[in-house]
Amino acid sequence: MYKLLKATFITVWSVFVLFPIMWAITTSFKPEAAVVNGATFIPWLEFQPVLTGWKAILPGPESLTNLLTPTLNSFIVTAGSTAISLIFGSLAAYGLSRFTYGWKRYSNADIIFFFVSQRIMPPVVLAIPFFLVLKQLRLLDTHLGLILVLTSGLMPVVVWLMVDFFNALPREIDEMAMLEGCNPIQAFFRTILPLSKPGLTVAGMFCVIFGWNDIFFALTLTATKVLTLPVAVIALNGTVTPYWILAASTVFSILPLVGLAFLIERFLSKGSLGGAVR
Amino acid sequence: MSLILKNVSVISETEGTILDDISFEFKPGRIYILIGRTTSGKTSLMRAIAGLLPITSGEITMNGENLDTKPIWERDVAMVYQQFINYPNRSVLQNVEFPLLRKGIKKAEARELALASISKVGLSEYVDRKPSQLSGGQQQRVALARSLARKSHVMLLDEPLMNLDYKLREQLREEFKDIFNAQKDAVTIYATTEPPEALILGAEILVLHEGRIIQFGSPADVYEKPKSTTAARVISDPPMSILPASLANGEIRFGDGYSQPIPKHMSSFKEGHYQAGIRASDIEISQSTGESGVITLVEVSGSETLVYVDTPAGEIVVQMEGIHDVKVGEKISIELPGKRLFLFETSGALCVSPDSGGK
Repeated sequence: MYKLLKATFITVWSVFVLFPIMWAITTSFKPEAAVVNGATFIPWLEFQPVLTGWKAILPGPESLTNLLTPTLNSFIVTAGSTAISLIFGSLAAYGLSRFTYGWKRYSNADIIFFFVSQRIMPPVVLAIPFFLVLKQLRLLDTHLGLILVLTSGLMPVVVWLMVDFFNALPREIDEMAMLEGCNPIQAFFRTILPLSKPGLTVAGMFCVIFGWNDIFFALTLTATKVLTLPVAVIALNGTVTPYWILAASTVFSILPLVGLAFLIERFLSKGSLGGAVR
Repeated sequence: MSLILKNVSVISETEGTILDDISFEFKPGRIYILIGRTTSGKTSLMRAIAGLLPITSGEITMNGENLDTKPIWERDVAMVYQQFINYPNRSVLQNVEFPLLRKGIKKAEARELALASISKVGLSEYVDRKPSQLSGGQQQRVALARSLARKSHVMLLDEPLMNLDYKLREQLREEFKDIFNAQKDAVTIYATTEPPEALILGAEILVLHEGRIIQFGSPADVYEKPKSTTAARVISDPPMSILPASLANGEIRFGDGYSQPIPKHMSSFKEGHYQAGIRASDIEISQSTGESGVITLVEVSGSETLVYVDTPAGEIVVQMEGIHDVKVGEKISIELPGKRLFLFETSGALCVSPDSGGK
């Protein structure tokens, strides 16, 4: 009985969650007639799938817009901000986990809260200051500018996640490494970092998702040179664009993340933490 | 050439005094046992030697060289923790090799030394396994092998057998004895809370209490002549019962309880108030005479039964050979053999211990 309930619930929920995606996928293969003459769902039965939508967003004779360049931009920006956030964020987190900093009654917990508090302010508040700062630095509409702005939002989250992760690793491991001839930096890179893969993966995944999907800063701080994928997709929406092209562009923009999610899920389920302490 | 601690104190803002003016000379080739209760400062003392705990005052020197200015990673101190600390992402061999490679030993030589050390702890079959694929006892052996392979001048073992089961503990205890005795030029310091462990390892015993060394000596010395009630409690397992006592009119009276003639070894002491101590194993069950009381707790450990008796003189712990069917709440009569009594001042200092031949 319980099993049946569980199965039913999961099925209903999956349909609920996946329906929009399924709708987008089918629509991206529909010809015009299948969209405008009422709802259709099942390919080959209700309509004959065509590639019109997909041809419109990729380079070629029927191309309406080329999404490959925005994809590359998105890739550079996401990879850049993720890398910087992970490297400096995890170093900061390690420091906050293992050493005590502070001034008067303010200590590590307050520093961590300070990091996290960066996320409390709504991005809208930050848009104009960021715009002015980037303008002064001549970084408007550049990859580096957007990377730095995204990093300021992603790194606090990395610090927050990784402090917890490092706190869970026994301190004795780094002590041991130091007793065995490593200075603190070597202890971090030689013993702690290899053990942190699961934590870094989660934090990295988080950065990638938020970096890839960022639309607000990309919209406000870049114009033509560094057009990212979400902005390009939105731009399509602004003009009179047929549904099937929109659907194709949406599916196209989430494909890389879906692929990554599957890869990482496999890696995470293997699990590689254990045996440090009984 | 040895490890010398001079007036070492550690005072923490939050926890107060952790180590209190410790001065001691550890000589190479010997095993020192630190024994004390859980908060007595054993671990802190080791961490101070290793450099993991900064000392507030005093000085630690090794072979004449001041260690205080040396960072942890240059001190050449090996440590085995109570938890089984190994690098989980490395195999057994890589674990043992790691400190050797850090020391700058060539790859081939390091491998050889590591394998020798692994075989010393009996894990030769498991060199390629990850620590998580080993049992607790084996993991602790890996940690031990890692520390042994380095041949460092100071080897610290912080209750290494604490988290293991009883049988394994006994077995490793014996093995440890041989392994440590083979370490001719290293100072080995071994912390434990368990008197039997301290006595079996047959080394020099330091009794620690509240951050101070309250007694130092051979196992027999410390066991037979504990300097104070505190030392007696720490070194006795099962615990020693310590009762208020008074000497008067040729009799020793325990608390508000019964009295008996003053035993011979106490005859030279003035009348007055004292404390009397007696080991649980020395107490006899009697049918009629002696002290009577109510049983409050019964513990069976191994092949012995420990009985806690509430008497007018105070709580007395009795060890009975074999397993007995005694129940909480029952009345019991016990006798405290005079010749096995310890006498302490009310302040806790030892007046006289029973003749060592008595047992």
